[in-house]
Amino acid sequence: MSEIKESSPAEIERERWEEETLKPALNKHPERKKSFQSVSLDEVERLYTPSDTADLDFARDISFPGEFPYTRGIHPTGYRGKLWTMRQFAGFSTPEETNARFKYLLEQGQTGLSVAYDLPTLMGYDADSPLSEGEVGKCGVAVSSLADMEVLFDGIPLEQVTVSQTINAPASVLLAMYLVVAEKQGARWDKISGTLQNDILKEYIAQKEWIYPIKPAMKLVIDTFAFCTEHVPRYNPVSVSGYHIREAGATAAQELAFTLRDGIEYVAWGVEAGLDVDRFVPRMSFFFNAHNDFFEEIAKYRAARRIWAREMKRRFGSSYERTLQLRFHTQTAGVSLTVQQPLNNIVRVAIQALAGVLGGTNSLHTDAYDEALALPTDRAALIALRTQQIIAEETGVANTVDPLGGSYFLESLTEKMEQEALEYFRKIDAMGGMVSAIEKGFPQREIQDSAYQYQKAVERREQVIVGVNKYTMTDEPSEVPILVIDESVRTHQVERLEQTRTRRDSGAVANALDKLRVAARKNENTMPATIDAVRAYATLGEICSALRDVYGVYEEPAF
Amino acid sequence: MSSRKIRVLVAKPGLDGHDRGAKVIARALRDAGMEVIYTGLRQTPEMIAAAALQEDVDAVGVSILSGAHNTLCPRIVQLLREKGMDNVLVLVGGIVPQEDLPKLKQQGVAEIFLPGTSTEDIVKFLQANVKPRD
Repeated sequence: MSEIKESSPAEIERERWEEETLKPALNKHPERKKSFQSVSLDEVERLYTPSDTADLDFARDISFPGEFPYTRGIHPTGYRGKLWTMRQFAGFSTPEETNARFKYLLEQGQTGLSVAYDLPTLMGYDADSPLSEGEVGKCGVAVSSLADMEVLFDGIPLEQVTVSQTINAPASVLLAMYLVVAEKQGARWDKISGTLQNDILKEYIAQKEWIYPIKPAMKLVIDTFAFCTEHVPRYNPVSVSGYHIREAGATAAQELAFTLRDGIEYVAWGVEAGLDVDRFVPRMSFFFNAHNDFFEEIAKYRAARRIWAREMKRRFGSSYERTLQLRFHTQTAGVSLTVQQPLNNIVRVAIQALAGVLGGTNSLHTDAYDEALALPTDRAALIALRTQQIIAEETGVANTVDPLGGSYFLESLTEKMEQEALEYFRKIDAMGGMVSAIEKGFPQREIQDSAYQYQKAVERREQVIVGVNKYTMTDEPSEVPILVIDESVRTHQVERLEQTRTRRDSGAVANALDKLRVAARKNENTMPATIDAVRAYATLGEICSALRDVYGVYEEPAF
Repeated sequence: MSSRKIRVLVAKPGLDGHDRGAKVIARALRDAGMEVIYTGLRQTPEMIAAAALQEDVDAVGVSILSGAHNTLCPRIVQLLREKGMDNVLVLVGGIVPQEDLPKLKQQGVAEIFLPGTSTEDIVKFLQANVKPRD
């Protein structure tokens, strides 16, 4: 840019408007507040005009859907060809109960499944571990061995239904169980599709459900990339997740930056391990949050696609369109839901979901209104699904591609998001990459700070939460019914575990676990040995324990 | 007025790793002039009681979002009492269904703070209920 810049006609017009129309209006009617902020506490201007997008070049920065840099979406026809996948996250209690919920959701028109596991499963403990007491089946479904997985997918044809699994530290084990169940159904591995969350970096950053130290945990992730590329080519072995980063308190820009930088880290590790970028990156998927601030969220999704395309080209030299195209799932913000006046959550979810759709999400989960109280009841889960169906089929927003593209505000916000993310990339690159940045506690501290600032803003009532710090009611209308999971789930699961342990060939289990330890020690791909251990009905706890013997456990540094 | 600052152990029992709440509370209590010790994640009730004794705290703030409160909270209270910490307040924050509240209080939990609570209310509760000592 030249130092002395003449005012453009747009700027001259804007100054005239400010003088002739705005000033008198402000004198008469001052604005409601001195400053207006997004939910990320970013300043939002009064008005956006062509001068705010003057530096953007249509062909370079916005372009057409289905073309680089994919700001307007990866499909040339948007949702006119195919709607997003309606994929409701579900899982609670026993595999039998969750299997019934899955079948119910499929009958109601849901188009994909998404499994929520309970905390013992997420942490790699069996239902009968003392550490599992009080937690079995509470936050998701309990799975301790292949026997549970067989029940979970009983009567669900895995060649036809795509399944997403939210599992991270022990992801390779649950992938192995899934593959063996598919095989037993007669499904071919090269035909099945689905997604494994398997994003361990965001565990150290935000959700904190880890087992092993970072580097061996990254090695396990790369093992699944290599294995799936060869044997399960239509499967997405990772869903790089900003969702949990946002829920932990990050701003929209931090969610964007840390998630994409995590994605870059996985690509770099994959390349280092000898994988071909254009074979494995097309199978990486992403997962973002949909929070309350409507435009900020839409800008975030559009910026995500643009940044990813540019970074894959710039850092890894790819020009393969499937590598450059960022595909993502969206979930509405659990953290935004309130216990107070819970039916209000239906409205929040609808607006957040609409942002996801206007941002071009490829699949979507809408939260149930009772989620701040407990896991959803059938009724609440159904309303959540219907919300998506109403957006898809009644509102008309799916009729045209990227309907908000070209908005002065949205394009300028998209650009701002990109610049903020790139600034974080520079800092993280300077630290030696994301693994080093996490070891230094950098993203963790940034998120904690944002969470605290947000809480303070809520307490000062600068950020309004309806029903919590404004429009509160002392006498709230009737309570909503909630789903209660009792301790009988643990008893049931422990019984099946005991039967499994009795029926299996214990010599074969010990042998398989030894082979897994050897593979881990020799730095070989651990997937084949994990699959063999699963086939022999080694439990999740036993397999994770074998890997703990080799890798050790992660201790979080204090910061 | 006590000459001693209020000392609080902020604890995260169970397997859950969602520590946003625990960390926000820890910082808010510190900003309010209290001494705060954060245990870190996945502490057993035994570890929490031992830390409370060693740190000589006035209150233990327990953050639970997983639904395991009915198993973990009574055990924490019981262990504290067994170790002679009769005056140590046990506060619970997180997702607890309405119907579980009376039972937890009966089991010795001083107060339960549900989602949407202002950190100021927690500070005030501690200032009003911690017994002064020198």
